[in-house]
Amino acid sequence: MSPSENSLPSESGSETGPFAVDARGVRRVFGDRAVLDGVDLQLRQGDFVALLGPSGTGKTTLLRILAGLDAADGGTVVVPRSRSVVFQEPRLVPARRVWRNVVLGSRHVRRDRDRAVAALDEVGLAGHADAWPVTLSGGEAQRVALARALATEPGLLLLDEPFAALDALTRIRMHDLVGALIRRHNPAVLLVTHDVDEAILLADRILILSDGNIDVDITVDIDEPRRRSDARFQDLRQALLDKLGVGRAARAAALAAIGN
Amino acid sequence: MTAVDISRESASTAADAPPVRPDVENLSPNTEAGRIGAAARVWRGRVLRFLVPVALIVLWQLSSVLGWADEFTLPPPSKILAAYGELWSNNDLQEALPVSIRRAGIGLFFGVTFGLVLGLFAGLWKIGEEIFDAPLQMLRTIPFIAVVPLFITWFGIDEKPKLILIAAATVFPVYLNTYHGVRGVDKKLIEAGQTFGLQNWRLAARVILPTALPSALTGIRYASGVSLLALVLAEQINAREGIGYLLNNANQNQRQDIVIAGILIYAALGIVVDVVMRIIERFALPWRPRVTI
Repeated sequence: MSPSENSLPSESGSETGPFAVDARGVRRVFGDRAVLDGVDLQLRQGDFVALLGPSGTGKTTLLRILAGLDAADGGTVVVPRSRSVVFQEPRLVPARRVWRNVVLGSRHVRRDRDRAVAALDEVGLAGHADAWPVTLSGGEAQRVALARALATEPGLLLLDEPFAALDALTRIRMHDLVGALIRRHNPAVLLVTHDVDEAILLADRILILSDGNIDVDITVDIDEPRRRSDARFQDLRQALLDKLGVGRAARAAALAAIGN
Repeated sequence: MTAVDISRESASTAADAPPVRPDVENLSPNTEAGRIGAAARVWRGRVLRFLVPVALIVLWQLSSVLGWADEFTLPPPSKILAAYGELWSNNDLQEALPVSIRRAGIGLFFGVTFGLVLGLFAGLWKIGEEIFDAPLQMLRTIPFIAVVPLFITWFGIDEKPKLILIAAATVFPVYLNTYHGVRGVDKKLIEAGQTFGLQNWRLAARVILPTALPSALTGIRYASGVSLLALVLAEQINAREGIGYLLNNANQNQRQDIVIAGILIYAALGIVVDVVMRIIERFALPWRPRVTI
């Protein structure tokens, strides 16, 4: 990583201040298919961006490149050194107690127990600090993963469909929890999801990736707390579904095709 | 007439049993029949587990008493008990047992140590795999029983070939299980560790090794069983002390009772080793859900 991270000069005159994430012209090619074909993405501290798109459009590929797990084939990628990821699965080490999982990357694990318990307290699991991961439910394990991701006070938080494997009721609670914790910690956030409602509920900005490029870039200006019943929520939802090819017209056409 | 019968019947059984119908199964807990059935199954299990071995021993004893089997060829359990008494009073058992246990222990120690070191080296580093995996995979196909004559030529007939044989037999299960355990750690877990800045030895110490430990311990448990097998074989090589020596001596003196007594000691050692390994696993892997294997 270059020493100039967080201090790149911005290109347009109106946008000032450093970017937490500054990715330009990012390319990733599998075989002869460019999954990412020159993607530009800038995020500032405190930005919450949701990345929507059907499966196989390269959402997770982009997230993994920003996480440093995969390399891009082209372009420039500058991200904060302190970043963390919550994956679809909790990915807790089964042989480490819950609190030791929270400070997994710490230099001095023993000294950081208080920090781990404080992070667990934020997700309501301080009482499970000494439990083994196998004893947790799916929702609890995912909350531990969230506590682990926030305990390092990351400059960039990457969420890779973190709610996809949870049941509907747990997901609602997780949405509230994630929203509240992110407001408190204020990192730049990139949420990869299939769920349009989830994106509108949580994000300030929604991107749709298709054919290797960011096709749609919408700022969500609906007041908090956002409600699904809100008319603007419904309008935005419909607009996004149209862009994703599952809008009312497209579905009616598909149903008609089955009927015939 | 029939109507009266039905009403009387339902009045007497309505309390806890639903009406008997062939297409309906009553799965509700705590019914009288269910409780009795469950208790009966538990007790049948306990009783049979105890009774069958006892019945076999009684049969064995009877076969001698009734003259079905020649007492010289198959000494009865009473004779074998007497043989233990004899071995004990002559101090033979007290001298032989520690010698055999020490042999198995020292051989196992070296086998496990080499197996762990090689398995970790090959599992964690590509170069370790490239150097060691192919030769070890070739060597492990050799039945260790086959190399005994060669070991006698190379290492003589004293303690050395016995220990080397046990170590050589136990190194492979430990190596294989450790290597596969390390390689089998979920890549997603390693990735998660990497996103939190873990690299090299920290990644190994915090994610890879603890997760690979169950597999390595399975290898060690298997190896400790093999060490007894190798011990039996090693003690056939001109042993002058140990359980094998007792067995050989008894065989030459046509003392089948002592031979059987010695074989049963080997069996008991096997059970003890297995129990000890299970206890070690229990303490080393407190995070694992309890599963009886």
